Amino acid sequence: MASVPAVLQSEWTKIRTVSSTTWTLISALVVTVALGAALSALLNSQFGDLGAAQQATFDPTYTSFSGMVLGQLAMVVFGVLVVGSEYSSGMIRTSLAAVPQRATFLFGKILVAGVLALAVGLLTGFLSFFLGQALLGDHGTGIGEPNVLRAVIGSGLYMALIAVFSMGVAAMLRSSMLALGILMPFFFLVSGILSAVPGAKDVAHYFPDQAGSRIMQVVPDALNSSDRPYGPWGGLGIMALWVVAALVGGYLVMRKRDA
Amino acid sequence: MIEAIGLTKRYGAKTAVHNLSFQVRPGHVTGFLGPNGSGKSTTMRMILGLDRPTSGHVSVGGHPFRALPNAPRQVGALLDAKAVHGGRSARNHLLSLAQLSGIPATRVDEVLGVVGLQDVARKRSKGFSLGMGQRLGIAAALLGDPRVLLFDEPVNGLDPEGILWVRNLMKQLANEGRTVFVSSHLMSEMAVTADHLIVIGRGQLLADMSVKDFISANSADFARARTPDGDPGQREKLAAVLTEAGGQVLTEPGGALRITELTLPRISDLAYDAGVRLWELSPHQASLEEAYMRMTQSAVDYRSTADELAGFEPPHAGYGAGSQGYVTPVVPEVPQQGWYAPPPPGQNPYAAAAPRAAQGAPGAPAQAPAPPPAHAPAPATAPAPATGPTKSDTDEDAR
Repeated sequence: MASVPAVLQSEWTKIRTVSSTTWTLISALVVTVALGAALSALLNSQFGDLGAAQQATFDPTYTSFSGMVLGQLAMVVFGVLVVGSEYSSGMIRTSLAAVPQRATFLFGKILVAGVLALAVGLLTGFLSFFLGQALLGDHGTGIGEPNVLRAVIGSGLYMALIAVFSMGVAAMLRSSMLALGILMPFFFLVSGILSAVPGAKDVAHYFPDQAGSRIMQVVPDALNSSDRPYGPWGGLGIMALWVVAALVGGYLVMRKRDA
Repeated sequence: MIEAIGLTKRYGAKTAVHNLSFQVRPGHVTGFLGPNGSGKSTTMRMILGLDRPTSGHVSVGGHPFRALPNAPRQVGALLDAKAVHGGRSARNHLLSLAQLSGIPATRVDEVLGVVGLQDVARKRSKGFSLGMGQRLGIAAALLGDPRVLLFDEPVNGLDPEGILWVRNLMKQLANEGRTVFVSSHLMSEMAVTADHLIVIGRGQLLADMSVKDFISANSADFARARTPDGDPGQREKLAAVLTEAGGQVLTEPGGALRITELTLPRISDLAYDAGVRLWELSPHQASLEEAYMRMTQSAVDYRSTADELAGFEPPHAGYGAGSQGYVTPVVPEVPQQGWYAPPPPGQNPYAAAAPRAAQGAPGAPAQAPAPPPAHAPAPATAPAPATGPTKSDTDEDAR
């Protein structure tokens, strides 16, 4: 029985020895931080142009995380490639011949990749926050303000959960291309559009990214965000349920299907 | 020790492996033979627990693979040379596998040396040739110093030096008391590597015996008798006498007779009694290649007709009508491939004609290269030797 620490060590070797890991994680960090900084700077310079209502509900914390919309896509690619490249390369057969316990293999891999994504996500979150607040100048907030630390740590959790969700989906679909083809448009377009359409909004609130991003908001109904029937942790919980569902699905597929 | 009992694998309506039972014993190189698509790789994957059998089961050392404690230390496998992440270096690939079973990193460098990849160990495997990929796969199989080794087509893409190395490696591993199971469709390779053969065709067991038994059981040893040249009367006389005595006689291209079912002394006696002078009387044993071709021929035939009717008929008709020149080269091939050669895949007319082509073969080569293209589509009409072969033809079919 391949022991769990051995599988974790092996998966760590696998994940650190392919360049896609470096590139996807660096782009996740850079894109999120840079875009958040740019928007923060923009809002700082044009704060006076905002309406009174918008000024009253301005959420400096959430503003510094604006880059997450694009940065999360790099996390999706990271998550998909970690699992999907096993299938596209045929490595899965070598891996499963070495670790016949498929649950140990899959969850060992996801744990390693998830922890790595969390580390990068937290780093991204703190960098985005401090850089964004610096650029927001007088309109910024501090890490010591109520709920702000929760939002910053939450942004790291959010990125990790997005990555793990993608891993689960890739394990279900057993293909990088298929998983990317579904997840990218979903997170980039579908989810965002539906959450702005009045009728679909109530459903779209429960999409993983929509629900999960609630954790990053400090002011409940800031800017154009609307009322939601759950709080920050509730939202993250909903996202976690999606992740669990994807993982269970991925595991069932891996257990049942021939490699 | 690998043991399969009633192993069956169906993919939808297609049965890849049907009721396969065999044992692979330690201390021998066991060759696993079958035509393409006969279920070799599927069987290997089932042994490794990658594919779940539809019914039956297979165990390694008494355990189903998935229940093996520390599988990489017990079973090493080369399934697919290209089953590595191309972006990872050879060394890191092996390192990740080694870490799974607590194998130290020094062992990784060791096996890299064994397979001769030390110079490219830190290069990405994306740039590897097929032969280098095979070496990397073999390195992965050897990594855990396992008692049971599976190799799926290990010599594919290897250079002659590499083939020799693999051959010696297999033998050495078996001599150390390990179980070595090697699949191949290269009969000639198995003839010099394997001690024991398991032959499957269309997913069913055709033979499970030692190489020696396999040859003698599947190829009738035959005697060749040659009567003086330029006197066909003597030859026909001998053929008649031998046939009468219960022998089966075929005429070979050079005019010699190929005789089965009679011992050499008996042939000599009969010739002496009939007053026929012999220029040659020699014993012959069919090669492993012949035995194998012969055994799997029916399986291959069946596949051709069943699988390829739909896809191949229109283009075939097109070739036939369009250019006869395309058909021509096929003709000499039939006799060239020898006595038991299966028809080329996808040639439906030949699938039907094959048994007769095989009979005609001994007589054919003398004539076959000569006929003009117009004659081509009918190899079965190649002149059949006059008397003797007519009887033996039916025997050929029966076998």
